[in-house]
Amino acid sequence: MSPFAALLRKDLRVELRTLRSLPAMALFAVSAFVIFRFGLDRTTLDGELAAGVLVPTLLFAALLGINRLFVAEREEGGFDLVRLAPLDRTVLFAAKASALVIYLVVLELIAVPIFAIFFLDSASGLVPFALVLLLADIGLAATGTLISTIATMSSARDLLAPLILLPLLIPLVIATAGAGEHLLASGGPDYGRFGTWLGLLGLYDLIFLLVGYATFDFLLED
Amino acid sequence: MASALQSITLRRLAIATVVVMGAGYALAFLYAPEDADQGFIQKIFYLHVPLAMVALLGFIVAGIHAIRHLRTGDPKHDARSYVSIHISVIFGAGVLLTGAIWAKGSWGVWWEWREPTLVSFLIVFLLYATYYPLRYAIEDRERQARYASVFAITAGAFVPLNFLAVRLAQPLVHPRTFSSAGGLPDSMLLAFLVCLAGMALLWATLVWFELDAKAASANLSRIRRRLEATT
Repeated sequence: MSPFAALLRKDLRVELRTLRSLPAMALFAVSAFVIFRFGLDRTTLDGELAAGVLVPTLLFAALLGINRLFVAEREEGGFDLVRLAPLDRTVLFAAKASALVIYLVVLELIAVPIFAIFFLDSASGLVPFALVLLLADIGLAATGTLISTIATMSSARDLLAPLILLPLLIPLVIATAGAGEHLLASGGPDYGRFGTWLGLLGLYDLIFLLVGYATFDFLLED
Repeated sequence: MASALQSITLRRLAIATVVVMGAGYALAFLYAPEDADQGFIQKIFYLHVPLAMVALLGFIVAGIHAIRHLRTGDPKHDARSYVSIHISVIFGAGVLLTGAIWAKGSWGVWWEWREPTLVSFLIVFLLYATYYPLRYAIEDRERQARYASVFAITAGAFVPLNFLAVRLAQPLVHPRTFSSAGGLPDSMLLAFLVCLAGMALLWATLVWFELDAKAASANLSRIRRRLEATT
């Protein structure tokens, strides 16, 4: 088994056995939907309001879970063991980011259908929106892995990651909400600027995967 | 070239800053004509735009120093990256303040969400403001420097991407309110360029001063420790 597959499998197996992150993230998202139902006093949503409820809720739920992926690693000495192993440390970046993408996809597989049942009249926009979410997940995983590694090594770990990530993720929110606004419109999906938003998401993913690949090594040095 | 660079001292740089800035704002107020459309409030353009351009450039410079720090491991580059961000964040607060005053003066509101440059700048400012809690939350000196450099590189890559994203988020019908420097009459452009040069010199002076002050206080505590060890 390649080191990448071994590390990824370990993270997924830990989550399957302990269920420390995903159930909490999903529960948070569903509770947030109920909060919005009363906060906005709306029983159906479409267009920019639908995107405006769904996208930030997924973002906040993701922030809730990101740190868990790294706190255990540090507390149990996982980082030290990876440092000792004769392997390229960027493999750890790739494995952590992939684990995070899988977490986020599972979160969305639970939360987005519930959102559709709660608020949407028509679910036809969700299929193209899934592609948008997947690209956003990759970007979120790239910056999330980088910043979360920094945060877990600091003394303000639970505070620091959301603090730095929120402004850093604004371009992702702009693209995801921008695409969602048209895809979830009440008259059925509208592909007006779909390509623009996919392009922006792709660019974000590319830039931060490269930055992560280039700098992750320096976070693990001792 | 090297000897010309060596002959630049902090004192000379500070004097040059005062002269160029003085000349720039004299040109802005006495020579450049009053804007036919906006009137006197447009003069804040000579303060607001140079501040913003120099602050953004400072963030890029910080990213370059951060790359050099990670390459060489020399703490000198980390100090330069840190101080560059520090001065640029202070300039950034000035940008947001002058931007709000200008918005109030010419549009009657303190904040305008449809002005993408200002909104982008706010997001960049919010990101760089987290540099301080990040640095202070890591105790080990060397690790602090390395992590701060990774942050400076990440944030430096974020700056242009963010400007692109916010621009794309605008409804396409909104007219650009701040015309670019290319559309200015010559007298305004001259005043603007001198103000920009003055602002860049001010930034460099402040960075240099802060680096000197940091080095001096580090020296002082080293001498103090040695003194305590001998007595």
